[in-house]
Amino acid sequence: MNSVVLTARDLTIGYVHSRTNKTVIAQGLNLELHTQELVCLVGPNGVGKSTLLRTLTGIQPKLGGNLLLKGKPLEKYTSKALAQLVSVVLTSPVQVGNMKVRNLVGLGRFPFTGLFDSRSPEDDSAVQAALEMAGAEGLAERFVHELSDGERQRVMIARALAQEPLLLVLDEPTAFLDLPGRIAIMQLMRELAHIHGKAVLTSTHDLDLAMHTADKLWLMSMDGTITAGAPEDLVLSGSFGTTFAQPDLHFNPQTGNFESTQQPVQRVVLQAEGLADIWTARALRRAGFEVLVEGPADLPRVEVVRQNTRTTWKLLRSGVALEFDSIYALLLSLSG
Amino acid sequence: MPTNAPTEVTPNNSQTTPRSRTVGFGVFALLVLLLALAFVVSLSLGSVSIPLREVVRILTGEPALKESWGTIVLDFRLTKSITAVLVGAALSLAGLQMQTMFRNPLADPFILGINSGASLGVALVVLSLGTAGTALLAGLGTLGDLSLALAASVGAGLVLALILLVGQRVKNPTTLLIMGLMFGYAASALTSLLIYFSRPERIHAYTIWSYGSFSGVTWNQLRVMAPVILVGLGVAVLLTKPLNALLLGEDYARSMGLNVKHARFFILLSASLLAGTVTAFCGPIGFIGVAVPHLCRNLLRSADHKVLIPAVILVGAIAALVADAIAQLPGSQYVLPINVITSLFGAPFVIWVLIRQRRGATSFTV
Repeated sequence: MNSVVLTARDLTIGYVHSRTNKTVIAQGLNLELHTQELVCLVGPNGVGKSTLLRTLTGIQPKLGGNLLLKGKPLEKYTSKALAQLVSVVLTSPVQVGNMKVRNLVGLGRFPFTGLFDSRSPEDDSAVQAALEMAGAEGLAERFVHELSDGERQRVMIARALAQEPLLLVLDEPTAFLDLPGRIAIMQLMRELAHIHGKAVLTSTHDLDLAMHTADKLWLMSMDGTITAGAPEDLVLSGSFGTTFAQPDLHFNPQTGNFESTQQPVQRVVLQAEGLADIWTARALRRAGFEVLVEGPADLPRVEVVRQNTRTTWKLLRSGVALEFDSIYALLLSLSG
Repeated sequence: MPTNAPTEVTPNNSQTTPRSRTVGFGVFALLVLLLALAFVVSLSLGSVSIPLREVVRILTGEPALKESWGTIVLDFRLTKSITAVLVGAALSLAGLQMQTMFRNPLADPFILGINSGASLGVALVVLSLGTAGTALLAGLGTLGDLSLALAASVGAGLVLALILLVGQRVKNPTTLLIMGLMFGYAASALTSLLIYFSRPERIHAYTIWSYGSFSGVTWNQLRVMAPVILVGLGVAVLLTKPLNALLLGEDYARSMGLNVKHARFFILLSASLLAGTVTAFCGPIGFIGVAVPHLCRNLLRSADHKVLIPAVILVGAIAALVADAIAQLPGSQYVLPINVITSLFGAPFVIWVLIRQRRGATSFTV
């Protein structure tokens, strides 16, 4: 069912400045992309994610090793044949005016049309199919400059799909979007892989989303190595924590979150139940407190009291009792 | 936006393309009509006013009311009007190509310094040949004009060669753009140097050339100018598809299978050939090349070069004819420099179009 689309063996990527001057970004890479799989490429800023994507799609030449697309070396493909198998969505937002969405998506038919770009009925139906796959059919007759960022990203994905690719490569498609927009685009990429059978590779900074959506993560670290595996594998093996290690930040494998390593200076005892407990504890940690369930009597003590529909926060500190009607007011008093 | 669009997308789809196409045909029919009208009117205007009906009679080969009218129309005004059509079409098309290639709304046919090269060539001939040279040029008349065209061609050709050479080596079109600007500055500096050391009357001769003119072109010159411009137009038409791909930038174009290096070479060749030829025969003519592509994009609400290329050719030709007609100051003996007219009347017009257009509809953002 799921077959190998792209294989990288002992691949070296980087830039050629002149015949003698090269910048190697990563070497010895062994990677595979399969149909029906969404792979998220994650890693710290400046690690070379874009360079890898550009090399895998043939926009930029490789420095060494082998790249096989459907078993045939990438460089053996004509640019036209390659464009019929691989398409891209690049980082920079495209700004074109006076162009309707259907025409922009239609540009994706470039590798299928002749010198004068005349369109056959197959071209028109491929454009329509691409619009529908990307959930952008309702935007078809609108102008590109009238779209929101999220809509525009959908349209750019539709344009890539109009190339009827086997492999779809996206460079940070969620970068300019709000959270619901990011989730929607991630879900779309997942559908393209699982329902429409594409091999989808995307780079992203949304670790959390990637961990929840990707079939496989490529974890690229500063030394140019890539660790591949299911998100959960990478958490269990500890690769996740080491790749994103920062002096004042660490990855908590218990919660799957990144947390500040700064030691809390004060401690506070919290007595509460249910949701109020979870969110009050969160607020207190955010304000720099270590939150205890029980503790010596000289520590400040917060109690959440629920009466009917009313919730109040009681603070007992140095024998003085205060009452607040919001977490915000409680924190103001505690830090004041 | 009509809200019923999503429900009937599929049946609608097959009909939208032909419908928008017929609208396009209507606009083009109108433009062709306007061009024909502008052409005939431009033949009737001048220091001697000839009625439109007589112009049509002369053009269709019938004898005119006055014999001199036939000579005026066929030997003087016809060359001038044909020149205006060629110049307008060439500059607008070259401007469109440069704006798309550099994805910059301010790009014009001369952005890469072609006209500065041509100006330097002319300046070398006019300013540095000495008194004998100037007298020679004045005495030779048309032959002198041809030598100016030759000098301008050599200057423009040198800059073109430099650009094509560099264009194959640089990775980024913006680098090319800046290099072109630098070529232009260098050539202008040399021209200024020549002017600085020249006598006033020769500077005047150079200034006259730099105002631009359609009327200096003879039938003999047209025999050279027209084919070269037609070749440039032909190459540009063949570049329709690559230009569309380049709307999204070079990386996208490459990912869709375009050989960006080749496309760049031929776009530069075509645009420079068009702009260089115009400058060689008519002097540097500003504004049309920047304004007409904008005008067409707004008029037709399209960025598709399949529509824009024929549109800029027609609108460019009309604009040049109208500018020339205004420059004749109909009913008077005076003729104003063409460059003055294109900018003086064109600038407010384009500003009006830009202000009227919807927010964000500009074709490129910088």
